[in-house]
Amino acid sequence: MRVRKPISWSMLFIAVLVVVSATLVYRRDGIGGVLEILTHDLTLFGGILPRVLAGCLLGAFIAEILPHEKVSRSLGPKSGLKGLLIGTAFGAILPGGPFTAYPVAAALLTVGADFGATIAMVVSWTLIGYGRAVAWELPILGVDFTIWRIVIALPIPVLAGALGRFVFVRMYPKGEPQP
Amino acid sequence: MSAALLIDILLWGSVAAVGFIAWRRGRVVLVSSLREGSLEFINIVPRIALGVIGSGYIAAVIPAEVITGWLGPNSGWLGVLTAVIAGAATPGGPVVGFSIGAVALKVGGGPPQVIAYVVAWALFAFQRLILWEIPFMPARFVWFRAAVSVPFPFLAAAIAMAIGKP
Repeated sequence: MRVRKPISWSMLFIAVLVVVSATLVYRRDGIGGVLEILTHDLTLFGGILPRVLAGCLLGAFIAEILPHEKVSRSLGPKSGLKGLLIGTAFGAILPGGPFTAYPVAAALLTVGADFGATIAMVVSWTLIGYGRAVAWELPILGVDFTIWRIVIALPIPVLAGALGRFVFVRMYPKGEPQP
Repeated sequence: MSAALLIDILLWGSVAAVGFIAWRRGRVVLVSSLREGSLEFINIVPRIALGVIGSGYIAAVIPAEVITGWLGPNSGWLGVLTAVIAGAATPGGPVVGFSIGAVALKVGGGPPQVIAYVVAWALFAFQRLILWEIPFMPARFVWFRAAVSVPFPFLAAAIAMAIGKP
């Protein structure tokens, strides 16, 4: 189990952003506007929750059943281009939305994948994963645009992972510092 | 069959599949991963709640028309730069991002700029970082990943210009 600080700077930043935005909405649209958005977002939240649970379970199972030694060999810092390609392939075939991609990526990090391979996976999921492209991009932007966009994006996951590794070893020459 | 239902079937099917593998490894493995996953869920819910319930307000403050304006008239590399900033600033889900791209194409935005916009939005739309990535992943990883992703919308635009497609 990863230990988390109960309050992180990132969450605090988000909270401030939300409060400022809600205040601006209140001044513009009054309490009605604030409540309308709240109702809508609460409905959305209720719909998302079961999927978040599924994502958390998926991440936990994957962290448990993947052999750490094998993962750090195939996706660790010394896995080379092959590790980046495996990360890319994994991200491209992963089903579901952000509620699966991020818990699974976090699970990979805990079982020995390095930043580079995990970056390749996340970037591949967001850029060449079929889920969003089929459900949203094709109908809205058309076949021609979508296909060319994906073709152009094909090299990006591996390049981003490689850049990540390049920067990482220079930023943390002794490995990632413990928080 | 709706897309949402298909996603749910795929998702819970995957959970069942890896759960089955864990069960084959023994009861202890199954129970400990179930507990781990549930704890993670309880841990994450307040973070997701803040993001999801708050994101409507952020989206209401940055309406889509503002973003479309940034994507409009500029062409060339200045246009690519504003497209990248617009992509990072776009609030909301995939419908908003892709629709803004479609509108930009219709009103005469150049394809390389729209490619840069869609790629930037996919890589580091700030609301997705905040709403999804930060709650689930170590914050250090998220900022690191976003930072090394910055050059790639520009690269995608350059490739689009070079091959003259789409």
